[in-house]
Amino acid sequence: MNITSKIRVRAVSSALAVVIVTGTPGGHRWGQAAYAAGQPTIVEIKAKKYEFSPNEITLKKGEPAVLRLTSEDRTHGFLVKPLNIDADIKPGQVTEIAVTPGLAGEYIVICDHYCGTGHGNMKMKLTVLP
Amino acid sequence: MKTRLDRRRFLRIAGTSFSIGALFSVFAPLARGAGGEIVARTLSDLNGEAPAPFSFVQLSDTHVGFNGPPDPLGTAAFEAAVATINKLRSRPDLVLITGDLTHDADSPDEHARRFRLFKEIAGKIGGASVKVVPGENDAALDGGGMFRELMGPTYYSFDHRGVHFLALDNVSSGKPAVGSEQLAWMKSDLARFPHTAPIVVFTHRPLFDLKPEWEWFTSDGDEVLNALAPFENVTILYGHIHRENFHQRGNTRLYAARSLIFAFPDPATTAAKKPVPFDRERPFRNLGIRVVKAGGEPVIEDVELAMNEYSGTVGMDQMLKHGKEDSIDE
Repeated sequence: MNITSKIRVRAVSSALAVVIVTGTPGGHRWGQAAYAAGQPTIVEIKAKKYEFSPNEITLKKGEPAVLRLTSEDRTHGFLVKPLNIDADIKPGQVTEIAVTPGLAGEYIVICDHYCGTGHGNMKMKLTVLP
Repeated sequence: MKTRLDRRRFLRIAGTSFSIGALFSVFAPLARGAGGEIVARTLSDLNGEAPAPFSFVQLSDTHVGFNGPPDPLGTAAFEAAVATINKLRSRPDLVLITGDLTHDADSPDEHARRFRLFKEIAGKIGGASVKVVPGENDAALDGGGMFRELMGPTYYSFDHRGVHFLALDNVSSGKPAVGSEQLAWMKSDLARFPHTAPIVVFTHRPLFDLKPEWEWFTSDGDEVLNALAPFENVTILYGHIHRENFHQRGNTRLYAARSLIFAFPDPATTAAKKPVPFDRERPFRNLGIRVVKAGGEPVIEDVELAMNEYSGTVGMDQMLKHGKEDSIDE
């Protein structure tokens, strides 16, 4: 399938290798380099006013994963500033973030695209195990 | 005898935090004595415009339309702030309101009603020009469309008595960002000023990473601050965080005003971003009116003492600084 939106490589840091892809639902191809080490773990995350579901995910250091983000209502954000992950989740699209965590720790993910009066507390936890 | 200007004596914007926001006295010391005249003349030579004393007030986060447990009194604090401003002996020329004028509403009709109520209350401020920027509640869901229709442009600049004011919009894209178009406009706007020009920026969100996990940042705020860095006299006023804060980067000083609806706690003391509970005994606590010893002609030292005594905030001593090579005969 074709990717209909541009691929944005936000950052590749020592903490996390990140590739962000947006496309139509069902469409997916991602940066091969991020997956050379093996099959990625797929993690589905749904966003809606004013929560992520699930609201906590765990990845493992050095193991590639893909976060598949969808929105059930309006545009939301998915920001983990310490890891340079900054993506929008638009309704009717799938946003895929390929990650290879390089540093263990606990990170707070926030919605950084204003979505309404409860927006300020829309967040989840991302844990990277050693 | 050649001597450098005494910046602490002559050249600064003095701010008085009195909870409803902050009262800034600009160049007040210039009004006194021959020294002030010399300073004004020097600055006029440097900046092309002679600064003149005036004061302005910053208010923030009025959230008109909000009515809930953290503040069941709705617009009461905003109305009290307007009444306080109207009673000031030294009337401000300007009132800057740094965003979240309204509380967001799903219904456009209801949101428009809240904007109208905001304008009705703000319109009772007598004798001052009211300048506003949007907060995310005002402009982030519709790209600033309603704000532009009812309030005017989301970013702009103007000059007032020798000070250049820049209103920046870091909300209407939906993200905490200023954006490349506005950044280019800002750089072009600043290009005509010498680096000694006094500049006041007012915006909604903090332009630095104050608390990213609480969305207290602007993603391209560094680019704004870098563009301002060559200027020697920059004051940035913002809201959004519903509490006071002071931050300095180089010559630039950044001040947050309290909200007029409810306060947020100190993020260093709690992980939860929850409003400070309403105190029925002291309904304006953390946002209400407070007495400040700034009576009579503004005297900087008294103002700063008053601030320390009543609010514990740092003094707003950001000011005009003379050019590096300048000296004067006293």
